[in-house]
Amino acid sequence: MARKPAHAPGETAGQPGLNDDIGEKMRLTMYRMQVEIRQSEQRAYDLFLQNLVKGTSHLSLGQEAVATGFAAAMKPGDLSFCTYRGHAHTLARGVPIERVLGELMQRDNGLMRGKGGSMHLTSVEHGVMGSYAIVGAHLPIACGAAWRAQYKGDKDVSVCFFGDGTTNIGAFHEALNFAAVWKLPVIFVCENNLYMEYTPIGEVTSVEHPAADRAASYGLERIVLDGQDADTIYRAARAAYDKARAGGGPSLIECMTYRYSGHSRADPAKYRPDGELDAWKKRDPIKIYRDRLIQFGIAENVIAGIETDVNRRVDEATEKCKAAPPPSLDLLTSDVYADGGWAWRN
Amino acid sequence: MAELTYRDAVTRGIAQEMARDPDVVFFGEDVAKAGGVFKTTVGLLEQFGPLRVRDPPISELAIMGAAMGAAMTGLKPIAEIMFSDFFAVCFDYIANEFGKSRYMSNGQLKCPLVVRTGNGAGSRFGAQHSQSVENWCMMIPGLKVVAPSTPRDVIGLLAAAVRDPDPVIFFEHKSLYATKGEVPDGEIVDQLGTAKIVRPGRDATILALAFMVPRALEAAEKLKAEHGLDCEVIDVRSLVPLDTQTILGSLARTHRLFTVEENPRLCGWGAEIVSIAADEAFYDLDGPPVRITTPHLPLPATDILEDMVLPTADRIVDRVRRSLSA
Ligand SMILES: Cc1ncc(C[n+]2csc(CCOP(=O)(O)OP(=O)(O)O)c2C)c(N)n1
Ligand SMILES: [Mg+2]
Repeated sequence: MARKPAHAPGETAGQPGLNDDIGEKMRLTMYRMQVEIRQSEQRAYDLFLQNLVKGTSHLSLGQEAVATGFAAAMKPGDLSFCTYRGHAHTLARGVPIERVLGELMQRDNGLMRGKGGSMHLTSVEHGVMGSYAIVGAHLPIACGAAWRAQYKGDKDVSVCFFGDGTTNIGAFHEALNFAAVWKLPVIFVCENNLYMEYTPIGEVTSVEHPAADRAASYGLERIVLDGQDADTIYRAARAAYDKARAGGGPSLIECMTYRYSGHSRADPAKYRPDGELDAWKKRDPIKIYRDRLIQFGIAENVIAGIETDVNRRVDEATEKCKAAPPPSLDLLTSDVYADGGWAWRN
Repeated sequence: MAELTYRDAVTRGIAQEMARDPDVVFFGEDVAKAGGVFKTTVGLLEQFGPLRVRDPPISELAIMGAAMGAAMTGLKPIAEIMFSDFFAVCFDYIANEFGKSRYMSNGQLKCPLVVRTGNGAGSRFGAQHSQSVENWCMMIPGLKVVAPSTPRDVIGLLAAAVRDPDPVIFFEHKSLYATKGEVPDGEIVDQLGTAKIVRPGRDATILALAFMVPRALEAAEKLKAEHGLDCEVIDVRSLVPLDTQTILGSLARTHRLFTVEENPRLCGWGAEIVSIAADEAFYDLDGPPVRITTPHLPLPATDILEDMVLPTADRIVDRVRRSLSA
């Protein structure tokens, strides 16, 4: 039996509406962000079909609300630590679409000029402190960044995103205990999309909620959120950040969500039971949010205006990437060491 | 000038850097209140306080990851992994994270950290607490790897490692902790990537690292006294960056190369240097290079067996003498 989530979906502060604790401006920002992620990810998929995205890629179609809510509640200077499924979190911090698509297409205009690839999106100037492709590795790394904030008296928080499958690796448990004991300003966000690569998380996990049901082991609150509702995410994020900034230590937040596509671009996701995808699409985060904006009295043409504007920007970014040159060959040996080069001997 | 143990040199080296730079922090299992299982960090907690000298849980992944996150965002962490054998538990950070984040991010991320660790045999601890694993780190692009043999070098190279903007793996040898050496007063800062000729000689070059340096020196004295052979001994000190100039320069004078390695045979650091010599100094060599290593075995615990496998001064003497007279 599922226990009642600590924060029920749709829970609000004040009268729900455009003048509540989230307000009109933030809601439009969050709608735009979700649409931007959706369209950029869809474009990445289309470009892959045209053979223009090289290497692998892991999309967040269906998971837009989580990235949006957590990023929207951040302040400049807060730090994001992502996984290989990190396009959404990178875009949500304000990184231009062109820089993300450029990296996927391994062009010179990419965030890392093609040296990292889709699994390692990094933009330090936007607070995106890397995307990590070894499952679990970045949870301890986020602890270290939070330790620096604690030690220096800086007020930033470190926010670490990972999947359900990550809760069964040792680094998850080491990081949770470490952060709790040291009371670090770090937020661990589990995006429970029900699957690891191909195996359902429930088949290999001793508890129903792979992150939240472990929280008690680390003296933390059990939090399960509706991951398809950006408002719910935003409120929970804000509360967790406030607590961390006030010296209250880490939070572990599990968001129930779903990925519409396969694990990576090579995966047709045949292992999913019939009807599961359709059922989740009925709770599409963008549809939920659009309906709410309409219900709150935002005009249809304002919403449509956001959608066309994003579409235009994704098109422009795509054209820029197609026109961008490949990276220059001297990148091969640059930035292995801090002197800019790769010399290991004299 | 004072006489100091290698153990106390570790403490002094860390203290020197922590006193200089408030961004230097230090943590590791049992290092703060207890002063370290090898008593290398006694008094640091009292001197620098509980915010800068900390005892984490037994969580090697958390220690390595936290060091990296702190380094990426502005601190200069020194992390201790109690025994270098435990690198295997947290090897992801060594193999995949520390040395690759700068490259993958096209120079956006930095990783100026130091991992100190107790390395090597001689304590009769058996196969999982005695290994020499410098080669586990030497093979990873993006890391720097040093292994001092004297108290003075401990301080100087540790200071250089802390001040270095790249991730440095710092191997301390457990069997050297009790050894003593002269150490000048005041600040000591050495340079990574520099080997040291610790005994000049004309007839052969013997390369050694850490605990093998005193053994190579002892062998060289015996070779001189008993066989009239005058060997040059070089303390390699830094595997990455590697001071090939000093090594190849010595070969150009002595024309013979020996390495003394504590690691098991396959893929030891000496193999890489022999290959460099074969490539670049082949015509300087008057005979085949010889690697003197621990055989390719797990390390036994019992003293009589452990003493059989590590290179000793007598084994070095025997091997060098046979090669040079052949
Ligand atoms: C240590 C490690 N083991 C296995 C893998 C291969 N792998 C990559 S993603 C993945 C599934 C991760 O699932 P989850 O944490 O739920 O994240 P999701 O992909 O669903 O976002 C696996 C097994 C890896 N990259 N690293
Ligand atoms: Mg998953």
